Amino acid sequence: MLPAIEVQQVRKCYGALCALTDIDLTIYSGEFFALLGPNGAGKTTLISIIAGLALADSGLVKVMGFDVIRQYQQSRRNLGVVPQELVYDPFFSVREILKIQSGYYGISDNDAWIDEILERLDLASKADANMRALSGGMKRRVLVAQALVHKPPVIILDEPTAGVDVELRQTLWAFIRQLNRDGHTIILTTHYLEEAETLCNRVAVLKAGKLIALDTTNNLVGKMTDGNVLRLKLDPDVVPPGLQALQISHAHGVAELRIENFEQVETIIAAMRAARIHIVEMQLQQPDLEDVFVHLLSNHRKDDA
Amino acid sequence: MTGFLTLFFKELLRFWKVSFQTVVAPMVSTLLYLLIFYHILEERIEIYPGVAYTLFLIPGLVMMAVIQNAFANSSSSVIQSKISGNIVFILLSPLSYRAIFCAYVLASIVRGLLVGLGVYLVTLIFFEAPLQLPIWALLFVILGSAMLGALGLIAGIWSDKFDQLAAFQNFIILPLTFLSGVFYTVHSLPMGWQYLSHLNPFFYMIDGFRYGFLGVSDISPYISLLVVTLCLAVLSTLAIYMLKSGYKLRT
Repeated sequence: MLPAIEVQQVRKCYGALCALTDIDLTIYSGEFFALLGPNGAGKTTLISIIAGLALADSGLVKVMGFDVIRQYQQSRRNLGVVPQELVYDPFFSVREILKIQSGYYGISDNDAWIDEILERLDLASKADANMRALSGGMKRRVLVAQALVHKPPVIILDEPTAGVDVELRQTLWAFIRQLNRDGHTIILTTHYLEEAETLCNRVAVLKAGKLIALDTTNNLVGKMTDGNVLRLKLDPDVVPPGLQALQISHAHGVAELRIENFEQVETIIAAMRAARIHIVEMQLQQPDLEDVFVHLLSNHRKDDA
Repeated sequence: MTGFLTLFFKELLRFWKVSFQTVVAPMVSTLLYLLIFYHILEERIEIYPGVAYTLFLIPGLVMMAVIQNAFANSSSSVIQSKISGNIVFILLSPLSYRAIFCAYVLASIVRGLLVGLGVYLVTLIFFEAPLQLPIWALLFVILGSAMLGALGLIAGIWSDKFDQLAAFQNFIILPLTFLSGVFYTVHSLPMGWQYLSHLNPFFYMIDGFRYGFLGVSDISPYISLLVVTLCLAVLSTLAIYMLKSGYKLRT
């Protein structure tokens, strides 16, 4: 597979504080990739370096094979970035903005594509409205539109759904999924981990400027063997002694048991029947990316200590 | 080429959409200067033999308007984009550094020319002030506004806040303009001040333009042309270097 983004040994420090230390990361063409991490982990700094908005102290970054410093024009042509901040030019309407943006990329006749993007992002009715008149969610969608005017093969979205309501978020993701199916490489940062889990095939986790995990979403979640939890409401509300070892918690009428594999469910039900305890409600909780995330960050904290 | 043209047209649109403030307002204020000085000084001073004070003042005021507006155009555009954050759209684009530089400077030249022309046309309603050597006059308007456009770009990139830009304007542009012979001939100054005036690059812009206007000037227009061209070259190199290195633009 062709690498869409190559990051080699990238370091970026602001005085004594290092936002990124020796990051190595390759994102392949066609991937739907999530860059996760708590606030201040260095996600935006890394994106800024890839986009040429910030300059790395050392290391090498390429977009579709083009060095972001020496071949900046080609690398920027291949990249569309949706910035995190809601920035806009108050002098212009939505359509004017998109035409100007197309022009920056050397595209003079882009009306058909602009109309399509406006349609897909549900902005068609606002095409001639001034940017100042738009709501936050609409401004965010204009930012997405701006990143797409030149049909870049690689699209980076920095917190694209922050401040966007649920319905619009669905529209936005449907469109971005479509772009991914059409062959665009998508890289996103988000605080909504369930979004990353359902959309992305691969995940990188950054913490304090270091890459602490890089794997497929399935592998990361799969590694969480201690993550399966059986929640039970019992009558009478007692966990039989034979199952006490599995118990994680027992409060407010809900008992939580940790299970390693699904066959254990059978054993548990049998044990309950033997003890004449009636199961009122049963719920199986599987680990999700959020558990992985919390686990990774806490483990990393232990390592630091 | 399309990228450059787009940014250039965007910069034109930016000031044209608020043309009352960017073109008409400077015309009015320049005209006020002219009317006030005319009433006070017209009868008392003759600068060059046969040249009345008002006739001497008009080219100075026209060039002052050109200079101030060329500077204001690029500097305010850059600082507004920086502060509102929308400069990222230019920084993310594949526009070359030279294209960015040329687009901003060319837009400054257009605004300088427009305001200068506007001021001149309005003065013609009140005074008889024919252009003696229009090519020379045009040459100095273009070079002067290009020079201030480049300086505006530098000031806009350097400033982090509006008050820093205001300081640049109040402590550099304004004194250099007022001490460049807009309102007087430097020959009327004591020797020390005359010498100092010759170190002020704005003096050469005004004097050169005045030559195109009146056909007479304090010094040879060729010297003025040389100085203004050199200054433009130095400021352009600095501005392009700042854009290329990402100084205060790419963190």
